[in-house]
Amino acid sequence: MSTPAAAEILSASPPSAARLRRLARWRRRLGALRASTPASVGLAMILAWVVLALLAPVIAPYPPNASDLGALAHPTPSKAHWLGTDHLGRDLLSRILWGARPVLVVAPLAVLGAAALGSLLGLTAGYYGRWVGLLVTRACDIVLSFPVIILYMIILAHFGSSAWNIIGVLTLTKAPIIARIVRGMTLDLREREYVTAAKMRGESALYIMLVEILPNARGPLVVDMCLRTGYNVVIIGVLGFLGIGLPPPDPDWGGMVKDTYGMMMVWPHMALFPCAAISSLVVGFNLLAVGLRELGLRD
Amino acid sequence: MTDPLLDVRDLQVTYTTRAGEVPVIPGLSLSLGPGEALGLVGESGCGKSTVALSIVRYLGRAGRITGGRIVFEGRDLATLDDAALRAIRGRRIAMVYQDPMASLNPVMTVGRQLMEVPMVHEGVGATPARQRALAMLAEVKLADPAAVMDRYPHQLSGGQQQRIVIAMALIAGPALLIMDEPTTGLDVTVEAAVLDLVRELRRRHRSAILFISHNLGSVVRVCDRVGVMYRGEIVEEGSVRHIFTNPRHPYTRGLLDCLPTLGRDKRQAPLVPIAGQVESAVARPIGCGFARRCPHAEVGRCTSCPIVAAVVAGEPGHRVACVRAEELARWIRPSGTATAPGAEAATEPVIAVHHLTKVYEPRRRRRFGRPRPAVRALADVDLAAGRRQTLAIVGESGCGKSTLARVLSGIEMATAGSVTLGGVEVGSLPVDARSRALRRRLQMVFQNPDSTLNPSHTVGYAIGRALRLLQGRGPADLAAGVARLLEVVRLPPAVAARKPRNLSGGEKQRVAIARALAGDPDVIVADEPVSALDVSVQAAVVNLMAEIQAARGATLVFISHDLAVVRYLADLVAVMYLGTVAEVGPVERVFAPPYHPYTEALLSAVPVPDPDHEVARILLEGPVPRADERPRGCPFATRCPRRLGAVCDETPPPVQQLASDHRIACHIPGDELRRLQTPLVEPSPAGR
Repeated sequence: MSTPAAAEILSASPPSAARLRRLARWRRRLGALRASTPASVGLAMILAWVVLALLAPVIAPYPPNASDLGALAHPTPSKAHWLGTDHLGRDLLSRILWGARPVLVVAPLAVLGAAALGSLLGLTAGYYGRWVGLLVTRACDIVLSFPVIILYMIILAHFGSSAWNIIGVLTLTKAPIIARIVRGMTLDLREREYVTAAKMRGESALYIMLVEILPNARGPLVVDMCLRTGYNVVIIGVLGFLGIGLPPPDPDWGGMVKDTYGMMMVWPHMALFPCAAISSLVVGFNLLAVGLRELGLRD
Repeated sequence: MTDPLLDVRDLQVTYTTRAGEVPVIPGLSLSLGPGEALGLVGESGCGKSTVALSIVRYLGRAGRITGGRIVFEGRDLATLDDAALRAIRGRRIAMVYQDPMASLNPVMTVGRQLMEVPMVHEGVGATPARQRALAMLAEVKLADPAAVMDRYPHQLSGGQQQRIVIAMALIAGPALLIMDEPTTGLDVTVEAAVLDLVRELRRRHRSAILFISHNLGSVVRVCDRVGVMYRGEIVEEGSVRHIFTNPRHPYTRGLLDCLPTLGRDKRQAPLVPIAGQVESAVARPIGCGFARRCPHAEVGRCTSCPIVAAVVAGEPGHRVACVRAEELARWIRPSGTATAPGAEAATEPVIAVHHLTKVYEPRRRRRFGRPRPAVRALADVDLAAGRRQTLAIVGESGCGKSTLARVLSGIEMATAGSVTLGGVEVGSLPVDARSRALRRRLQMVFQNPDSTLNPSHTVGYAIGRALRLLQGRGPADLAAGVARLLEVVRLPPAVAARKPRNLSGGEKQRVAIARALAGDPDVIVADEPVSALDVSVQAAVVNLMAEIQAARGATLVFISHDLAVVRYLADLVAVMYLGTVAEVGPVERVFAPPYHPYTEALLSAVPVPDPDHEVARILLEGPVPRADERPRGCPFATRCPRRLGAVCDETPPPVQQLASDHRIACHIPGDELRRLQTPLVEPSPAGR
């Protein structure tokens, strides 16, 4: 590289060049993912669900809430209904495809919220230590010691269950876990010499936390966010099963299991297919997390 | 000569990396007779440790022996099966590594670990094994072996731990002892004691030793023969005397020329760093691997055909792999005549500390028993340095030198006393309360190249950020400033776009210096800035610092445990012990009698890479007292070889003004010290 290239990086470069560079960086990162089998398999599973969810209006054979009364007598998989229908004659395949949409929005958004809140709490606790750290860690412990399902029921029963409320609840209950992880890493990273150097040139505490420390904690943080997205998919399923998930009649995987598990002995497919959908997505996120950790260790 | 104990013939080792198969050792031969000690030296990355590991076949998953023989006691270790190898490892061949804590099991007492060796390897019963362990501990000169047996590794000091590891290695009576940088992490006085111990044990046990070190001085103390390694090959081999008095290979000469010694300073003979850095083993040229860095390389001759090692005329056993070896003039040990005291007139001090004391209060009070004592890290320290001066602070670990750096820089607050920076009192002014002008005046360079730069930021960002905050530069004219600073530290401007992981240790340290220079500081506090670097890189960085300082007129506070570097770079030296200043003065006076007894011991412990350098060694007994158990009188009294008696234990020593700028804190009068002591650093006339 020559001098102008170096200068360009420092000075404000035109946005199009910056975007190209960012794109190239992302392509490089995705290329690196291919080096790990679990990561590529996991990513493929997740991307498959994303594509199916996006295309649901196009590829779903039936509207999600339309009943085919003719199929009620024989709800098992058939030519007309590839995965069969539920007890109201609604096409399972269409409902599963439509059901992927809310999950894929709510689970990642909740994780992003939790990561943002948790990182801030963890950085503050780790960087300042002493009583600030004590206060934050104890507050987190209190949240973590609560039986979460009961907490969800209380909050959602009080505020009503909507996608935003579920995101809010998941953010609040997951943030303490992320805060713990970030605090642990901050305790180590704040002793690094580059942090001292930043103090010596007069950086603010916020700058040191966000620019000097947080980027170096991102490896384990990203792995954990990936895992936690998978857990959130499970929790959203559980909330649906308990009847405090997304409001009916729009399809929701957990709700689909709740509606049909009574018929488990006769028509197990009604509950099993939504369950399989949940687990395949969770396994996808777990595999991606495993792969990312592997790649992180390799460097 | 009898049959060699170990005979390595044409050893080839390959590592499998992401870049493909890398031949790390392309074909190496060495032999070691019974009871002989061979040293392997070279920069890091030259394959020294790989040789050691391949002898016991511990190469790990990535490494593979691809050719050659390793004949040990008549058997080829390269092809031996695992069961037979296990019988040899630990019993006939023992290893001692750099980090003793990694070799000892933290959950087992030292005694059990020692007893295990004969019990496992020889099936000896517990009682005789215990007897042998006790005897071995006495041999490695640990006081009170019976008590040491019941300790856990963390209850021992680093030097004691390394003695235990050596005892563990020798208890089975191995025929070959492989030592890989055994003294690298130790303080100089402890290092000297361990080296003496190795030398003595060698004589008694008749074990052969393969001694790997980057420290040429320690090799001289222990070994009979030396092999100089570069890029996986032995480029020169011979007796210690031959190698260190008549080195023929340019690489060996380079290593010796870049090494600061106690008799050199920056005003006489500047260090000559080796150009470039160790090249990777991936693309190996035909012929001499060193040619690209060699000042004597001749196009055509050096890289046209493989170089065959030849015996140096008149020196049997001295072999060198260089086509030009016979043509080069005889090597002359770099030295200078003793100079007159520094010409700098005593100027107004830029940075000064006066009666500085730093006490660490225990963080939590104990629930029971007496409260934990406060730790006095610095006690009544008086130092000053003027413009353009280098004040070096030396001492063993725990003497308070890093605490001093942290107090000077405002990361820690002084408990009592004053710190003045350019006339402004900053002792109780934390760094975030200092004004920009004040922050600009003092910047730091840190020890660890791997943590001094943020791995997430590019070099350009790191330096640019310092320019913005310390000089208030706008984002538009940063690039030029960054390029200029990189030029000052001799790095190409393209480095600005790189992240630290793509830089070598020396390059990172240069970037750190550039970052410190961003505000054009009056004072640079450098805390062991070169101790993690290879000698050749160290020489370049030390020269750079001296040069920058001379050009900018900044004051340099240089903290180091390496007396040779200090001798080279410093104008003023302060010798610290347990948070107090034992001796302070101009470098020529501190390095000549009369010495403070502690200075004397430190100087005598420095390993010197010269087989003719014989000094009476002063071994310090016992450990450094813990900082919370500071003796009442002279802090050094518990270990002082010149202790007078009760007065040293009871009364703090008076500070004697030996010259206007030379002070020592000792009960023994200066004239008396002068009479007792001999110079430890010969003011060697050029060309001995």
